[in-house]
Amino acid sequence: MDTPHPQVHQRYEAVAARPEFDELRRRYLRFVVPATITFMAWYVVYVACNNWARGFMNQQVVGHVNVAVVFGLLQFVSTFAIAVLYARYSIRRLDPLADELREDFESGSARGVPGAEGRGR
Amino acid sequence: MSSQVLIIVLFSVVVALTLGITIWASRQNRSAADYYAGGRNFSGLQNGLAIGGDYMSAASFLGISGSIALYGYDGFLYSIGFLVAWLVALLLIAELLRNSGRYTMADQLAYRMRQVPVRSAAALSTIVVSIFYLLAQMVGAGSLVALLLGLDSPVLKNTVIVLVGALMIIYVTFGGMKGTTWVQIVKAVLLMVGSLLITVLVLAQFGFNLSELLGAAAEASGQGEAFLQPGQLYGKNLAGQFDFLSLGLALVLGTAGLPHILIRFYTTPTAQAARKSVLWAIGLIGAFYLMTLVLGFGAAALVPTGEGSAVRESAGNVASPLLAEAVGGGEGSIGGAVLLALISAVAFATILAVVAGLTLTSATSVAHDLYATVVKKGEVTERQEVRVARIAAFVIGAVAIALAIPAQSLNIAFLVALAFAVAASANLPTLIYNLFWRRFNTTGALASMYGGLVAAVGLVVFSPVVSGAPTSLLPTADFAWFPLNNPGLVSIPFGFLCGFVGTLLGGRDGSGERYTELQVRSLTGAGAEKATSH
Repeated sequence: MDTPHPQVHQRYEAVAARPEFDELRRRYLRFVVPATITFMAWYVVYVACNNWARGFMNQQVVGHVNVAVVFGLLQFVSTFAIAVLYARYSIRRLDPLADELREDFESGSARGVPGAEGRGR
Repeated sequence: MSSQVLIIVLFSVVVALTLGITIWASRQNRSAADYYAGGRNFSGLQNGLAIGGDYMSAASFLGISGSIALYGYDGFLYSIGFLVAWLVALLLIAELLRNSGRYTMADQLAYRMRQVPVRSAAALSTIVVSIFYLLAQMVGAGSLVALLLGLDSPVLKNTVIVLVGALMIIYVTFGGMKGTTWVQIVKAVLLMVGSLLITVLVLAQFGFNLSELLGAAAEASGQGEAFLQPGQLYGKNLAGQFDFLSLGLALVLGTAGLPHILIRFYTTPTAQAARKSVLWAIGLIGAFYLMTLVLGFGAAALVPTGEGSAVRESAGNVASPLLAEAVGGGEGSIGGAVLLALISAVAFATILAVVAGLTLTSATSVAHDLYATVVKKGEVTERQEVRVARIAAFVIGAVAIALAIPAQSLNIAFLVALAFAVAASANLPTLIYNLFWRRFNTTGALASMYGGLVAAVGLVVFSPVVSGAPTSLLPTADFAWFPLNNPGLVSIPFGFLCGFVGTLLGGRDGSGERYTELQVRSLTGAGAEKATSH
């Protein structure tokens, strides 16, 4: 690992100790953990149905369109939907907190703490 | 003018355009951040297009539509895995990586691990994944261009491989990330416009009615409704069913571990822009795969695909170009010749953009991870590092050409799926643990990297892909004891398990202390790399 700069390290610790950071982390995980479990499960169910539920997949829905095609297209719909929901959620609930914490961190560097920008060279 | 002449003219236009971009970009490259990360100045839309340009290979453009044309519904399954995979990148990787790394996948690990061993492991994995992918693309390029020109000559195929290799070396050596990114943006625009044009022309023939298109495809295939149902290609027996599950997992979990995708996130100025770029990429890639559905079923309906047809002989690769010719007015018509040439040129641009991205990724890792850190222990100037990257690009390109020419006679189509399996088994577990598990340490990172890599490659060596079947790489030998062609079902959990056990065995090495820093930086962007200004 890089040699940690003690003062920079302290400033990161200071951000981590703030309740806003805990809140940011909690909000991030509150969205991504359930969303990841949902889309993975939904995808695995789709793959499994292709293997082991062909009677169900082969049923006609409209004209030549069967359940398998609809299920496949729904994977597109769910992917687009989760992406849009995450975008809206992060703009509303994550970015304001992240921006605030980052600005506080970086205003510390303006006061002359060395090595603040360009960690890890 | 015959379509061959027109194809050569359009290929030349693509080459001239991309070389022009490279010359322009080479004048902009001043610092390492310019060369490796395009100055981090690409907007969300630009990087989203470039991600699409990097990701939508000829295998997905020609391969998926061809597979649908031949096998119906099952051909569509690859594209669903390829798309859903982007949610892993969006939710778990893109922004956090943008905030915590600089140029390579390894940066993010080196943040809190012992630099030399983790950078060596990450560089090895990066190079293995990229070379597998690159070889598949280059071998494909030779036969593809020969096919599009209608000339089946070994000399032509070798010439095309050398030409593609030389162009990719030029783009990467002189243009760096900026040149490569613009080549990918141009390619993505051409691909989307070309596909949209053919899609609309196909749909117009069926009154914009999906059911009618499917019905016509099913009837022309001679299979009836079975053509629209699962089971034409995958899951014919129990091993086949688990093989398909294994492939599906590798596709979904591999994308977010592909090094050439990961380094694209560094080209944006902020994590928000990285997120926007993934959103654009999801929109573009999703729209593209929906269009390949129409192209594939359109080809099944409108182009001959039976035994002995050009589509079947080419394993589906000429389905889209021949469909373009058919909807343009058929063989011999001017419209048909123009559309055939156009789609062929799009396919050519696609190959060039993808191989350039892969070469750049390997060269960056060689220079930044191996040379600067492992060899020189950080005692190196940016200028020296970038010079090494350029030399590495040249060497990697030359090696790829030298390997691709003899590999043409081998059945190496499995290499793309294997690249995804390695990415999912070695890279993804390591990235996830590093971002989300405080206790994760150097031993754990090495265990998941090497464990996942060895498991994925090793299982394929002992699978029917390499021996024991008529379609194997070595059809006369038989040492296949692993029944699945795709190792993901075993190697992905194994990679995660290795990382877990390695961490427990490794004990505390200080990586936990830096975790707080990594976490703050990855979530807030505090102290993250800035865009260069000029």
